[in-house]
Formats: sequence, structure tokens, C-alpha cells
Amino acid sequence: MNRITLWMGAGLMVLLALALVAGCEKKKDVIKIGVAGPITGPYAKFGEQLTRGANAAAEAINKAGGINGRNVQIVPGDDACDAKQARAVANQLVNDGVSAVSGHFCSSSTIPASEVYNEANILMITPASTNPQVTDRNLPAVFRTCGRDDQQGDVAGDFIAKTLKAKRIAVIHDKDTYGQGLADATKNRLHQNGITEVLYEGITRGDKDFNSLVTKMKGLKVDTIYFGGLHTEAGLIARQAHEQGLKATFISGDGIVTEEFPNIAGPATEGVLMSFGADPRNIAEAADVVKAFRAANYEPEAYTLYSYAAVQSIAAALKANDVSKDGKKLAAWLKANSVQTVMGKKEWDSKGDLKVSDYVMYKWSKGADGKFNYTQIALK
Amino acid sequence: MYILLQQLVNGLILGSIYGLIAIGYTMVYGIIGMINFAHGEVDMISAYLFAIFLALAGLFGISSLPVALLVTLVFTLLITSIYGFVIERVAYRPLRGSSRLAPLISAIGMSLVLQNYVQLAQGARDQALPPLYTGVFRYGTATEFVQITHIQLIIIIVTVVSMLVLHLLINHTALGRACRATQQDRTMANLLGINTDRVISLVFVIGAAMAAVAGMLITFNFGSFNYFIGFVAGIKAFTAAVLGGIGSIPGAMLGGIILGLSESLFAGLVNTDYKDVFAFVLLVTVLVFRPTGILGRPEVEKI
Repeated sequence: MNRITLWMGAGLMVLLALALVAGCEKKKDVIKIGVAGPITGPYAKFGEQLTRGANAAAEAINKAGGINGRNVQIVPGDDACDAKQARAVANQLVNDGVSAVSGHFCSSSTIPASEVYNEANILMITPASTNPQVTDRNLPAVFRTCGRDDQQGDVAGDFIAKTLKAKRIAVIHDKDTYGQGLADATKNRLHQNGITEVLYEGITRGDKDFNSLVTKMKGLKVDTIYFGGLHTEAGLIARQAHEQGLKATFISGDGIVTEEFPNIAGPATEGVLMSFGADPRNIAEAADVVKAFRAANYEPEAYTLYSYAAVQSIAAALKANDVSKDGKKLAAWLKANSVQTVMGKKEWDSKGDLKVSDYVMYKWSKGADGKFNYTQIALK
Repeated sequence: MYILLQQLVNGLILGSIYGLIAIGYTMVYGIIGMINFAHGEVDMISAYLFAIFLALAGLFGISSLPVALLVTLVFTLLITSIYGFVIERVAYRPLRGSSRLAPLISAIGMSLVLQNYVQLAQGARDQALPPLYTGVFRYGTATEFVQITHIQLIIIIVTVVSMLVLHLLINHTALGRACRATQQDRTMANLLGINTDRVISLVFVIGAAMAAVAGMLITFNFGSFNYFIGFVAGIKAFTAAVLGGIGSIPGAMLGGIILGLSESLFAGLVNTDYKDVFAFVLLVTVLVFRPTGILGRPEVEKI
């Protein structure tokens, strides 16, 4: 007993010491750029995409001489996709003296965090939050390098109505800002196409058992399931629907764009559809960066390059404005100028949304090597 | 018709899962009157151990699934039981005899320590187990049927059997007598030559083993887990234990099944959004009329 306590105590001391060392490490004269996202938690995979992309972009900028001779330093912030923690992390980044922030990931984190940045007049570019509310609140210095859910929902809604010609559609969401926003956007588009869903319900994030929902959909003879949410719950619903023999097409959005989705869904992955931006890895400008990522044994999937582009845009704005921290000034510049990023030339409208969005549909299928992968499918 | 039956089956399975975890809560409460909040975390650890040992079994060339499962089962049970034993030694025994709140806080601390330890050691991302075994019983026509997978059936059977075994153990064996004596009056039991520390340790080991069985079956059934599943599972199982009457083993099972059925039926027939609301309203209603739960005995203050 005493020995165990002693060891635990010793372990804690070492941890504390490490934390202190990490806290002392500060360099002068660097430009700090915050990167916030779910670095821990169930959605940590997406957080990794953001930090990987941002770090690679910072490295490339520093190698090319930095911004006006000063090096860029990435300051990570972990919000675990939790709204309360997002506010705390935002305050922490502001106190840390960041010049701008690339983040956050979950729309439900980005929205409260953006208020903190707005008060501090700091520029924020989210590489992943697609909820319309992110840029619809007239905050001057909020941008994104991804599309909006209403654009995404339009693509999915049209696809369901015109290409699949589905009749009995269930719209399910995870009651989160992103998930419900996306589900609502798709639902509205379906209504415009003259289709009314047979079921519209919300599930709880973190639940594992969706069998009663699946049985209910079976009873309603659903032929298409649209799910607004993230890969964990999407995978479980798809898997349980498959187990119960419900033969319905499963469609979701950019929240399931990760190789972990097939791990959870198993054989139910075959034929699952999702909307996502045209794969940035196929853009000509990205070829070298993608090659560098793969050389470092990392596949720059989903939001990695969006994060890369966000940091590049921040760097471009900082460079043109003499490294000013004034968010309004940087924002005005971004709205007036275009930035050449890894994803091609990007331009923003007066809200901070991209002028051109590029949502397309993807399909999961099993490759020759037995692994699931997604490929773009032709839209009609 | 088939749909309604299927919803009943869904509820029964979910209820068995809750009941299986709830048994561990109720046993510990029954003997030392303390809520072991780290119980859900033990369940989570067993899910990880299950996946790790299954992978190791594959690595050592055990290709037959039943053999691999058996090996995994033995090792997971063993190590999870050790966790249960150590948790009691480190977090609860030093606080025995102190105020009632001290072990409660210690339990919450233990739960946080375990959660963060697994998060750091295994990473925060979701882990997944592909469907290993997909056997299923179906009754009905080709398009309309009621089904239960073999794994789900095993979950129900294991829950009922473990409830019966533990109920008999507590009520009809020498060890059970020692447990009940410890529960009623620890000092007196000590004076009569019962090693109460050992009895309590044993209860924790049994509780952890139950959590391990639950964790393994749940992982096998759902196929996805992360470091945080213990919390959700723990809250629901704790609710089931309170509903059935905490301290009573058949009560844990009954509470679990009522909770599972009410959630499933409400989600299936009314609305998924509000199923948790409904389940907890039910809990409050039961507690208003029966403060000790359905099968719980009212506590008699000894004078």
C-alpha cells in the first residue's frame, strides 16, 4: 500500500515537472498562431488533422523566411468539442498573445469561441466549422476555409431527390449545432424538392444503442437515412441498421470523413454516401504538400489541407498588414484580396464565407486490398 | 406487430446491459454503503483489455475464434479483478472509518484518474472492433421478422445467470453470511472473527469481475469504445440500481430491465429525442413513492 502510494506520488511529481518545463519554453520574437480543436476526446482524430495541417504550414512558412523575418509558432488549444472548454481555450489563447487563430473544429465550439476572439479583436479562420451561424452573426473577423451546411445540405438534398429518387427518408441528427444544422439544411432542400421526410429525430451523442431507432425506421419502411452528425454515432447507426437487415441507403455529411468510420461501421460501410468538398488532395497546387505529408507517413485526409490553407491565409494577411494583431484590419484585407493557398486561390465575401464552394458526393466502397475507401461519384 | 415485438427485444437487451453493470454498483453499496463511482471505469478498462488480448491472441497465432475468446476472457477477468482489488486498497481502505463523504470523493477521484490514465496510455480516439461474429436468430417471414443476435442472447443469459449466482452466494453460503454480517455491523462482525477487510476486498473483486463481463459483452456487441464510455454506462447503471433498490441484486436486474424497456419503447414508439427525459422522469416518480427503490428495504436506524 505505502509503496503504491509512493510510486503514484513520484509519478505525479514527474508529470508536474514536465508541465513546468513545457510552461517555461518560450521564444521571443515569434508570431504566435493559435490552433484550436478537439485534440483529446472522441473526435481527436479531427483535432489531429487540424494540428498536422497547421504545423506543416508553419514549417513551410518558416523555411521560406517566416513572416517579415519572424518565425511562426503554432500554439495548440484543446477544446475537446466542448462549448465551455472552447471559451476557456479561446481566453487562454488570447492571453497567450496569439496574432490570429485557426479553429475551432465543432461548430458548437467555434461559435462561443468566436465571441471571445471578437471581444479581443483577433482574426479567426475556421478550417472545418460548416454551420451557417458561424459567419451569420455579423462578427467582423470570422472566416472559414470550408463550405457552409446550407450549401452542403443543398447538394445532399438534391442528390437524394434527383439521383437516388428516394421516397421514404428518415432525417436523423445528433442534437448538436453542426449535426442538427446540417440535417435541417438537407430537410429544407428535400421540402423544396417536394419530398417530406417520414421521420425526423435527434439522438444523444455518446449513446451506443440505437436499435430502437433502427427498428422504428424498419417499421416506417425507410429507404434512405440521412444523418447529420459525426462518425462515431453514424458508424453505430449504420452498423445496427445492417445487423437488423434494414436495407436503406445511408447518407451523411463531412462529419464522417475519416478512416475510423469503416472501423466502427464494419461491413455496413459499403455504399455509404457523404457530401464533402472536392478532395483537396487532387488539387494541382497541393501536390507537393501532399507528397511531403505522405513522405512523413501521414495521409493528409479530410481537414488537414483546410487547416494548412487557413494558416496560409492568416500568414498572408499578417504579412500584408505589417504583422498587425488588429483583427478588423486583417479581416478587411482578406475580404478585399485573394490568397493563393494550398487549395488554390481563395476569396471571401463580406460575411467571411468562401465565394466558391465545392461540395460533391462521395461513396465508401471496399477496395481490392480489402480496405474501405471513399471516392467521388458523379452528380447528375 | 413484429416491430413492437422487436422493440421489446431491444429493450430487454439494453436492460440486461444496464443490469449487468448495475449488479456491481449494488453489491458494493450493499456491503459498505458506498457508491463506487469508479465502477463504470473498470467496465471501460475491461473493454480495452478485451480488445488488447484479442489482438494479442491473434498475434500468438490463435486463429480459432472460440479459443481466442476463451483466452481473452480469462486474462481480462483476471486483470480487471486485480484492478478492482487495487482500487479498493488504494482509494477506499485508507478512508474506512472516516466520514461518509470521504470515500465518495475518493471514488470520484479514482474514476477521473482511471479515465485520464487510459486516455493518455491508449489515446483519446475511438477504438473499434469489427463485427467478429454475426450469428442471428430470426423469427417471421423474409421481410418482416423479429431478431436477436446470438451475442445479444448471451448478454441476457449471462445477466440472469450472474444475478442468480450472486443472489445465492449472498443468501446461502458462508461467504454470503460474512458479507451480510459485515453489512449489518462491521465492528461486531470483526469481534466475531470475520476478517471484514478481506470480505470487502472480495466484494470489490467480484464487482470488478462483473464489470469485466459486462464490458466484454458490450464491446463484443457494439464494437466501439473510448476512454469515456465508463461514465455514460456508469450513470445509466447507477440509475438502474437506484430504481431497483440499491443494495438488492435482483433489484439491480429489475431496475436495469425497466430502464432499458422504458427507454427503448419510448424511443421506438414516441420520440428518440426525449427518451432520457422519460427514463429519468420515471426514476423520479418511482423514488417519490418508493424512496428506497422497487425492491429496496427501508433503512432501519439502530438505536
